[in-house]
Amino acid sequence: MTTAVVVALLVATGTWLVLRRGLLRVVVGFVLLGHGVNLLVLTAGGTDRRGFALPGQQGGGPVADPLPQAFVLTAVVIAFAVTVHLLGLLRQGQALDEDDDAEGPS
Amino acid sequence: MSALVLVPVVLPLVVAALLLLRRRRPGADALDRAAGVGVPLLVVVAAAVLLAATLGGRTAEASAGGWPAGVAIALVADATACLGVLLTSALTAASLVVAAGTREDREPLLVPLVLVMSAGVSGALLTTDLFNLFVFVEVMLVPSYVLVALGRRGPAGGRLYVTVNLLASTVFLAGVGLVYGTTGTVSLVELRGAAADDPAAAVAVGVMLVALAVKSAAVPLHSWLPGSYGAVGPAVAVLFSGLLTKVGVLALLRVWAVVFEGDARVAWALLAVAVLTMVVGVLSAVGEGSVRAVLTNHMVSQIGYLLVGVGLATAAGYAAALFFLVQYAVVKAALLVVSAAVEVREGTDALSRLGGLGRAEPLLAVAFAVAALGLVGVPPTSGFVAKLQLATAAAGAGSWWVLAAVVAVSLVTLVSMLKLWNGVFAGSRPEAGDPGTDGAGAATGRVPRTVLVPALALAACALVLGVWADPLLTASEAAAAQLVAGSRS
Repeated sequence: MTTAVVVALLVATGTWLVLRRGLLRVVVGFVLLGHGVNLLVLTAGGTDRRGFALPGQQGGGPVADPLPQAFVLTAVVIAFAVTVHLLGLLRQGQALDEDDDAEGPS
Repeated sequence: MSALVLVPVVLPLVVAALLLLRRRRPGADALDRAAGVGVPLLVVVAAAVLLAATLGGRTAEASAGGWPAGVAIALVADATACLGVLLTSALTAASLVVAAGTREDREPLLVPLVLVMSAGVSGALLTTDLFNLFVFVEVMLVPSYVLVALGRRGPAGGRLYVTVNLLASTVFLAGVGLVYGTTGTVSLVELRGAAADDPAAAVAVGVMLVALAVKSAAVPLHSWLPGSYGAVGPAVAVLFSGLLTKVGVLALLRVWAVVFEGDARVAWALLAVAVLTMVVGVLSAVGEGSVRAVLTNHMVSQIGYLLVGVGLATAAGYAAALFFLVQYAVVKAALLVVSAAVEVREGTDALSRLGGLGRAEPLLAVAFAVAALGLVGVPPTSGFVAKLQLATAAAGAGSWWVLAAVVAVSLVTLVSMLKLWNGVFAGSRPEAGDPGTDGAGAATGRVPRTVLVPALALAACALVLGVWADPLLTASEAAAAQLVAGSRS
């Protein structure tokens, strides 16, 4: 339940920011959206039935499903790269910010 | 055979990395050009060999690192994937030849970026794992973000493109998470028919289908495409048209055919989207005033045709969609290369400033005419065979309204192609045009041979695929049969 609420909060804030004007807000929005979705993927491994990440930590018990963690690790790397690219675009395109209006679907 | 499956993914990545390691000087050199054309052609050969081997219904597999199934990154070549890799690599090579003519390869990063992109495309076509599909699509998209930013509108030109595609990727990843949560697997082999058993899984896969519909530019999620493709250079537009939306459609076809197995309870929605896409795309194309804008709006319409084949949800429909996809990608590439030639020669592609090119450039006019007839679907071009297949499949499925839409949209397509012909090739040039104010570059007054030859070659392909359609028909039918029967294990 807690993760569901956190995912909802992150995705809602992210969506709101992505819809704002100005690329910086969009970038931050995508960071939040990415966090939300990553949490959702982690939850897909089943947080209720999840044990520790590694076997042997604090005794036995069930191990967490490693596959969603691998998914999220990959997704984090991709999101990081794209965020850096977007920030680069932001810096390069700052002089052209007045063009924002021309960017809409015509 | 299994090592050959790795070639389309690994070879371009390795060569791109090696090219990036070299000391860069501005301008393209012979090594860049040789690698840019040679590597995709090698991949074409590999894909052709694999295709010949898979037509009988067998598949070729390779998995990296020797991990057990489910953990390993597996690449499986079936006929659909081989057709897709063959097509996209051939178009990659063609677009890089054109880039030499349009001087876009002055950008030293162009060839490595394009090679990474083609590796991502091949991976996305060959993988059977939904999460790896996400990763490969990202590998394809990240270079395309850079290519758009390097385009003629500068860093700001690609914002819409990057934002929309990033959002679609995020939604797709959420879909992957939901699928794993509901079914416990992301392997398409294990997910066969899952949507019919479990409504929750159907919704989860539906989220992914929506994301793929954005990437395919299906109406109402299409409005990013015409603007973004107008923001890049002419040769990169050829590349994007051949690769990006095609991967979206092929992935959508695969997920739909495997997980939903053409469920009739959902198929009507897909058909409705398809017909809407056809109609909206062609109507917005007719209203445009420049060559590239007409052509890019037409892409949306043609995506509708492809989705009709997918939405019919029969083996005949899938086969028609695959045939249509291959021939349409060739035809559209030919038209965009002609548009690139016009832009290089005249410095603009605005219809109001063009005219009379038919007399000055007869070969270019022939290439345009053949490709345009192919897009409309006039015999003996490949477009006729493709539309006949699609119409037959629609009639076979009893969808008469779809059949009517296919014919009606073709008529409007003819109108828009006539508009281009009249604006660019017929008549005479309008007087007193102030040259090149739209930032497309200066007029050079001639068409480079490296642009003219690909245009003619691609147009010739459209004719050959129309007159001698049998091999491709056989291949697409075999591919569709594999998709339906699921011999991918």
